[in-house]
Amino acid sequence: MGHGGHLLIIIALLPFLGALVPGLMIRAGRTVCAISTAVPTLLALAMLIVLAPAVLRGEVIQAEIAWLPQLGLSVAFFLDGLGLLFAGMILGVGLLITLYARFYLSGEDPMGQFYTYLLLFQGAMLGIVISDNILLLLIFWELTSLSSFLLIGYWKHLPEGRQGARMALAVTGGGGLAMIGGMLILGNIAGSYNLTDILRAGDAIRASEWYLPALILILLGAFTKSAQFPFHFWLPHAMAAPTPVSAYLHSATMVKAGVFLMARMWPVLSGTDAWFYIVATTGLVTMVLGALIALFKDDLKALLAFSTVSHLGLLTMLLGFGTQAAAVAAVFHIINHLTFKAALFMTAGIVDHEAHTRDIKRLGGLRHLMPVTFVIGTVAALSMAGIPLFNGFLSKEMMLEEASHTTWLDSYYVVPALATLGALLSVAYSFRFIVHVFLGPERDDYPHKPHDPPFGMWAAPALLAVLVVVIGIAPFIADGIVSAAASAVTGADLDPHLKIWHGVTPALWMSGIAILCGAGLLVLHPVLDRAWIAAPRPEAKAIFDALVAGAVVLAGRVTEIGHNGAISRYLAIFTATAIVLGWIAFSGAGLSEPTRGHLPVPPVIAVGWLMLVVATCFVVLQHRKRFLALTVLGVIGLSISAGFAYLSAPDLALTQISVETVTIMLLLLALHYMPQSSPAESSIALRIRDGAIAAAAGAGVAALAYAFLVRDIETISDFHVANSYEGGGGTNVVNVILVDFRGYDTYGEIIVLGIAGFVIYALMHALLDGPAGRRLKNTDFSQNRSRDRHPLMMVVVTRVLMPIAVVVGLYIFLRGHNQPGGGFVAGLVISIALLMQYMASGFAWTQERKRIEYHTMIGLGVVIAGLTGVGSWLAGRPFLTSSYTYVHLPPIEEFELATAMLFDLGVFLTVLGAVMLMLYSLSRIASFAGETVNPDPMDFDPSGRADQTEGDR
Amino acid sequence: MELIVASTVGVLTAAGVYLMLRLRTFAVILGLAMLSYAVNVFLFASGRLAIDQSPILSRYGDATYTDPLPQALVLTAIVISFGMTAVLVMIGLGAYLEAGSDRIDIDPASEDADAKDARS
Repeated sequence: MGHGGHLLIIIALLPFLGALVPGLMIRAGRTVCAISTAVPTLLALAMLIVLAPAVLRGEVIQAEIAWLPQLGLSVAFFLDGLGLLFAGMILGVGLLITLYARFYLSGEDPMGQFYTYLLLFQGAMLGIVISDNILLLLIFWELTSLSSFLLIGYWKHLPEGRQGARMALAVTGGGGLAMIGGMLILGNIAGSYNLTDILRAGDAIRASEWYLPALILILLGAFTKSAQFPFHFWLPHAMAAPTPVSAYLHSATMVKAGVFLMARMWPVLSGTDAWFYIVATTGLVTMVLGALIALFKDDLKALLAFSTVSHLGLLTMLLGFGTQAAAVAAVFHIINHLTFKAALFMTAGIVDHEAHTRDIKRLGGLRHLMPVTFVIGTVAALSMAGIPLFNGFLSKEMMLEEASHTTWLDSYYVVPALATLGALLSVAYSFRFIVHVFLGPERDDYPHKPHDPPFGMWAAPALLAVLVVVIGIAPFIADGIVSAAASAVTGADLDPHLKIWHGVTPALWMSGIAILCGAGLLVLHPVLDRAWIAAPRPEAKAIFDALVAGAVVLAGRVTEIGHNGAISRYLAIFTATAIVLGWIAFSGAGLSEPTRGHLPVPPVIAVGWLMLVVATCFVVLQHRKRFLALTVLGVIGLSISAGFAYLSAPDLALTQISVETVTIMLLLLALHYMPQSSPAESSIALRIRDGAIAAAAGAGVAALAYAFLVRDIETISDFHVANSYEGGGGTNVVNVILVDFRGYDTYGEIIVLGIAGFVIYALMHALLDGPAGRRLKNTDFSQNRSRDRHPLMMVVVTRVLMPIAVVVGLYIFLRGHNQPGGGFVAGLVISIALLMQYMASGFAWTQERKRIEYHTMIGLGVVIAGLTGVGSWLAGRPFLTSSYTYVHLPPIEEFELATAMLFDLGVFLTVLGAVMLMLYSLSRIASFAGETVNPDPMDFDPSGRADQTEGDR
Repeated sequence: MELIVASTVGVLTAAGVYLMLRLRTFAVILGLAMLSYAVNVFLFASGRLAIDQSPILSRYGDATYTDPLPQALVLTAIVISFGMTAVLVMIGLGAYLEAGSDRIDIDPASEDADAKDARS
């Protein structure tokens, strides 16, 4: 990071950090809020000024922080002449707009929000102009579209604002999408996403066969953003935004982003016929068309909007010419347009604010009522018309000069004639702005009696008007920045001398014609206006709305096919797709020859298999009888655990058998509150369809399983087997993998399990507080109730079993490191032992005898496991490295103590806590449903219950 | 033996998918439980089958062991699928108690009625 690089990064960050402040500071008052917005802008501007001398000398300031180097994405900024010009404009005008908006916004508008959006936009725009990485640039590019959406729709109560915001987002966002494609192509050709690298690879890019697609895609982005024909229509609709936004985004900065991009990419993309014909023609058409429409707009802001479209076309055309002099003219006109157009927008805002209308036909004669505004507006409008001694004249002369010797398809006069026509129309609408608003007789029917606004409101446009005059009279003061920016655009070292008098050139003649005819046109305006209104012309908004409506209908149709609200349909589609994909993969590459033999099948296993298949078929066929299906499901689970035991997986067998028990208990509990049977409601056709899908899925999975079962693979497990005892201190490799080699995984999984427990608990509470709770209270479950809820035999047996089960659990836990067992299984075994007590004596009775909360247990488990992992840091080793030692206490045999056991304790506690919390939650529902609490561990007198039940009947 | 395991996985998958496509929550829960069995066995089988080769290191010299890694992964998978089933059961139960019906699809008739209510 070179000299000044750090400052550059701070400049890029400041607006975003600053955006956090105004929303809070609004509580301290509107002025404080505005000041808090101005401070980050001012700071950034000050830093920019610190960097400016070096940039003007021709240095390029760079800063880079790696972000995702694998993608070629880095946070890289650079500041050259062009970047400096734009950054200065963004920050400078931003400051003026902040001041102006303070007085423009009314007390009812949420000002904090406005300033937050404004700073967000400022940061995004600043990011575009100083990005040195095109991926980063794209991110900022999209951010400007988003923040502009927020700003255009700022007045949420106005439908025009919302529609305009949507349209702007759709058009500029769509263009941005195209640009992403173009930029990726560009980066691919250049082999780097760094702008400086791409700028050096111009020859390779122009020679590439992908040049044209990349050019078109990037230009789509630039044209939509800069409102070039035929994408110009969003800009006038974006004028529904508050005027400060129009002045800032839609004349000075955001709409120039497209122009900026074309200027930035100028050394790479320009210089070809395609560039000239696409860019210059689009610019020319936009310039003339925009100016023509502007002349007939009665809304002040619409007039200025189309004028902006026209001037953006002018800039585009200049860049399209592809000559160095044209680039200089473009850069200079960017500055001039900024000054006069922002001032004009603010003037329009002032008129609107004071007279309560901006309809030109209802205005006129404001000269004496608003003298200050009149002077500012007139100066700016004369500059827009291109009258000598104002800065607009200078760059317009340079444009006409360039146009005068440009040939278009071998024609010498098309471009000059049309350029003159554009200038002529521009003169006409500029004069109209002055004459029809300020001159003429004073009227007595203004919606509100107009007068000049407070100083704070006209200070900003006045400053810009002063600049208009100063640059117009002494253009050499802009020499430095124009030459720096133009050099950056062209890549050549340019040193233009800006001056007023060039002698009697063709451009002077063209200018003269434009001014005279433009004034003449204004005289004819009333006649022409009537003709214009009578003439049919396509309405862009109607076309756009029709397109959007069509797209919505199409999307609706497509969605309805697959997404009709039936989950079973989605699942069917999903499964069928998976089957098809699997089929394609299977039938693609040939399978290698099987390398493994088959293991023999002893008769017992064959019988077990048969049992499992029969049970599965039974569940499928009888699934409507829910209780029955559930019971048989247990058979399947148990058969599988037997299979695990036979196939050398004792740990799995243990886990499966205990999980099976808990799962069935859980489902039984839930079933109590659900219908006991499902109705037959699927049609035969549907069942056949589902059956076919299911059969295909089953066959596919079976084939896949068989295919890999008869082939050998390379496995990494040899490492685990070899290091289990040496490194992990245990002989049960599976357990060592769980608590040591892959301890991190296990740690995550117990957390997931704990969360599942909490989710169930939370769901239960949410349910009981809602309509479900009321439904439960009103449902009579006594029909289902056993007459002998807590039988004596069961209570006695479970009491006896309890200590045995706990000892078994402990034993399984302790031996887990060396023999089958471990925290998972032990946790499940103990929870089953506890569950038996719940079943025997009832929920509430057991609950009262519980000493520790299950929530605490889950938390404790996770914390213990975590601390064990952290403990290895103390020994200077990575997270969850286990260590162990052997202890010899005289009366008993030598045994092992390992930190892994502590970790396993955490696993144990979490599993126990989670399982118990889940069942506890379901049981809570029982007590809510009116289950009575028995004070004693068993029901002494079953007859009492029976009588009561019969009495109910 | 390979055929036995593969066909078990296939049968369980088919049953699971069929039940998953039914219209009531309870059947779907049963189906997903069956699918979990199938997936667990499938993953376990990816370590290839072996008999009497438990991955418990022998004290008495060299022995061959089956692949322990899939076993470790399946062990946690069994516990996690229990957690998943439990959450599903709770959601299903909640939906039934809340709506009074345990259909998983949006009923077009009741949708229309709701829309009419909203309009009136």
